[in-house]
Amino acid sequence: MSKKPVARKPDPSTTGHEWDGIREFDNPMPRWWLWTFYLTIIWGIGYTVLYPAWPLVNGVTHGLWGFSTRQEVAADIKAFADRNAPIEAKLVATNLTDIAKDPDLANYTQNAGHAIFLTWCAQCHGAGAGGAKGFPNLLDNDWLWGGTIDNIHTTITHGIRNTTDPDARFSQMPAFGEILTPEEIDQVANHVLAISGQPNDAGLAAAGTKIFADNCASCHGEDGKGNREFGAPNLTDAIWLYGGDPATIKETVTKARFGVMPAWQGRLTEAQIRAVASYVHGLGGGE
Amino acid sequence: MGILQKHKVLEKNATLLLIFSLLVVTIGGIVEIAPLFYLQNTIEKVSGMRPYSPLELTGRDIYIREGCYVCHSQMIRPMRDEVERYGHYSLAAESMYDHPFQWGSKRTGPDLARVGGRYSDQWHVEHLADPQSVVPESVMPKYGFLLDRPVDTQDLQAKLAVHREVGVPYTDDDIKNALADFSAQADPDADPTDLQTRYPKAQNRNFDGRPGISEMDALVAYLQVLGTMVDFSTFEPDQTR
Repeated sequence: MSKKPVARKPDPSTTGHEWDGIREFDNPMPRWWLWTFYLTIIWGIGYTVLYPAWPLVNGVTHGLWGFSTRQEVAADIKAFADRNAPIEAKLVATNLTDIAKDPDLANYTQNAGHAIFLTWCAQCHGAGAGGAKGFPNLLDNDWLWGGTIDNIHTTITHGIRNTTDPDARFSQMPAFGEILTPEEIDQVANHVLAISGQPNDAGLAAAGTKIFADNCASCHGEDGKGNREFGAPNLTDAIWLYGGDPATIKETVTKARFGVMPAWQGRLTEAQIRAVASYVHGLGGGE
Repeated sequence: MGILQKHKVLEKNATLLLIFSLLVVTIGGIVEIAPLFYLQNTIEKVSGMRPYSPLELTGRDIYIREGCYVCHSQMIRPMRDEVERYGHYSLAAESMYDHPFQWGSKRTGPDLARVGGRYSDQWHVEHLADPQSVVPESVMPKYGFLLDRPVDTQDLQAKLAVHREVGVPYTDDDIKNALADFSAQADPDADPTDLQTRYPKAQNRNFDGRPGISEMDALVAYLQVLGTMVDFSTFEPDQTR
């Protein structure tokens, strides 16, 4: 019992209540915590003064800094638009066919066009532009409405068979199910199989030749090689938008097809349309 | 420090603390919410907004029934990357006839606030029936069964009436002609004059390309009108907002 008591700070006073013999020291808040707390209050007051905050009777306080989300996004967009302005002005002023000859423009349209393609075109034509059933492949040299950069530019600007743009490319294949008998459709389908070099029933195909000449040749041509004026596909090659097997050909003849593409003017700027037209033209199939 | 001493009364009485907490939260709530209903600044009027046509409204109900909102938002935020990808940022007024609104905050799929007119009807039908056939990397489920389900029009007029109850300005005339408008919009050969008098710029087509009016027709009609009502070429944003 001779041990010397360890020197220590005196206990703070207790909170005054006791439960089951347990008492609680009444320690003050840590200073760092308390000052942070006061700072947040001061910061909060400053914030409501600088930024839009308080609702009043006829309006709101706009804050000393005049911040607005709409101004911010407009300024953000403008900053990039300004940076691209010189090259986009040049792009719009240059002949479509001369874009690829200018290395700066070629570089710009390649990159901007790719980004625009992925955002607006890839959903139908595929991220790699390979297309899908009913949505044309843009990599090959088989074009429904023409594959020069001017053709592509027109197609993107006005679209195909849409109801929103009066200048949209338009043509309509009749549903031959209402015009020809099932036997005649079978015959003409065999003719199409014959001219596209696929196995077919020679007898039916021979009978289908005249039906083709009477009903189909005005758009698809006497030889079935198609006509870009009407977006009528070439039926003699191995490229099929909806499928080249006998069942699909018969379905196409019976019900017809009516592929629609939206018009992009209005949604995209002229510079953007030119950039993506140039990109698509450069994918490999451009004429 | 008299007031701090009095504060201890609150700290030591649970019921009193609850009542006073509620009081403080209520004041905060009123200050934040009440001005939204009277400040002109928060009620931006835009031209072009009209209530959904009966076919579009039916499609909207299918959109909600199938839980499309679980993966798709309808709210383009005012940020450059969103505006570049989806189009003009959404305005509050564009949801004025949505009960409930479909803003959402979960984007497994892309935002749909301006999907109208962006793709062809055929694309929508094929994409809904089999999303991977057009977008191979998509994780969206298939909704092909919508093609085989004719729309139940029994409660069409009641549906419009309920929307009128919650503030959508459908007229008696709109409700009386709901079925006629419904059929006219899905029929490419119908005369759209009456339909477009009641619902300006409503498009009448055979949306799914098949005979009859299926749930697919309704859903595609709804998707094709999303974000297309306001003409942004003439819209002047109020920069103070």
